[in-house]
Amino acid sequence: MYPNRFDYYQANTLSELFDLMSENGDGMVEYLAGGHSLIPMMKTGLAAPDVLIDLKNIDELRGIEQNDTTTCIGAMECYADISKSPIVKTNCPVLAEAVGLVGDIQVRNRGTLGGNLAHNDPASDPPAAILASQATLHVQGPNGKRIIQQDDFFTGLYETSLEEDEILTKIEVKNIGEGVGAYLKKPSPSSGYAMIGTAVVLHTKNGTIEDARVAVIGAVDHATRLNGVEDALIGSPATHESAITAAEHALEGIEDYMVMEDLQASAEYREHLIKVHAKRATMAAIDNLKN
Amino acid sequence: MSEHEITLVVNDTEHKLVIESRRLLIHALRDELGYTGPNVGCESSLCGACTIHFNGAAVKSCTILAVQANNADITTVEGLAKNGILHPIQASFQEEHGLQCGYCTPGMMMTGLDFLKHHPDPSREEIREGLEGNLCRCTGYHNIVNAIESTAKKLASVTPTEAA
Repeated sequence: MYPNRFDYYQANTLSELFDLMSENGDGMVEYLAGGHSLIPMMKTGLAAPDVLIDLKNIDELRGIEQNDTTTCIGAMECYADISKSPIVKTNCPVLAEAVGLVGDIQVRNRGTLGGNLAHNDPASDPPAAILASQATLHVQGPNGKRIIQQDDFFTGLYETSLEEDEILTKIEVKNIGEGVGAYLKKPSPSSGYAMIGTAVVLHTKNGTIEDARVAVIGAVDHATRLNGVEDALIGSPATHESAITAAEHALEGIEDYMVMEDLQASAEYREHLIKVHAKRATMAAIDNLKN
Repeated sequence: MSEHEITLVVNDTEHKLVIESRRLLIHALRDELGYTGPNVGCESSLCGACTIHFNGAAVKSCTILAVQANNADITTVEGLAKNGILHPIQASFQEEHGLQCGYCTPGMMMTGLDFLKHHPDPSREEIREGLEGNLCRCTGYHNIVNAIESTAKKLASVTPTEAA
């Protein structure tokens, strides 16, 4: 299995990257991060870029840094380093957990968070964790920088609001502070991808839920928040009973998304999973509150 | 550029070679340099037979372009034994009958060593999770888990330099 022929370049800085991009603008150009989605796609012929520009030498895309209210993760940081980072584990535990469940040891040593989010695979774990954790996505293109809030980033099946020539430079995740969270995954028995992944972040005061963010991926065509569950949780006591009641609202608004259906599971079954996992993941987050 | 001159340091030996952009690292290692320890299994990042260490971390060499590995420090299964003495993990696979046909074994050992670096005293459940990315068609997982468990004990009783 060999990819089609292509030209390969390495960029050492972001400005060099955009120069290379414009010099090769006539052909199909792809940015190469960890390559663990792109290279398999090139081998099977699903992607056939004329030019690959490798991002591995760009220092501006590296680093994990803790600020007062956020943690900044360079887009080229790999899953393994993120999931093992004490900074991320403390401040963004739901993301650390989700990233630590992607693929296997070898995949986590190469695949990057930036590559993952930009690819937006419907059965991958990190997008749900990003929605529940809240993040500002820092983006750069030949025309400058911009920021995208998490709820505006994932737009469809393998689609994001990134422009063709733009690149994700860093992911600024809100620190969980006094909050608690959980990520619950039901992997496909064969591929290990998420049949459903559910991320929950709760903030409570005196035993009452003040803020709730619940997001799913795997069962739908792109990561989405379960607004019905969130609304039902807010103002409720932080108990398993509240999780059970709130999960009844899990399918509200789901008509805006495509529920996935394939050989492994029907759409009906996946809708069932959304309800069950909204409940279980919320319970798991509540259990973390007690610890 | 569609052709590149690259340098690979494999098992402490430096090699220079000219490769096409699309050359996969597994093929550069096997076909150009003769390191046939890492095997070609599924070629789709699933089976782990091609696992090597890339700057110290276990990776699937079928999912890396050789050009991405320019100047990287690579260890294949051939680099484990020193001076004719088996590495503890090789000895453990032998003692525990951790292989049947042997095709998955190089990958199992390379992943196992990365896993043990981060889990020096693992439970059997953790070992099974750690080997998630390596498939054995002979279904010899039970003895493979035994071999990793035995390796952990051996590594714990030697100094870090010896285990490296």
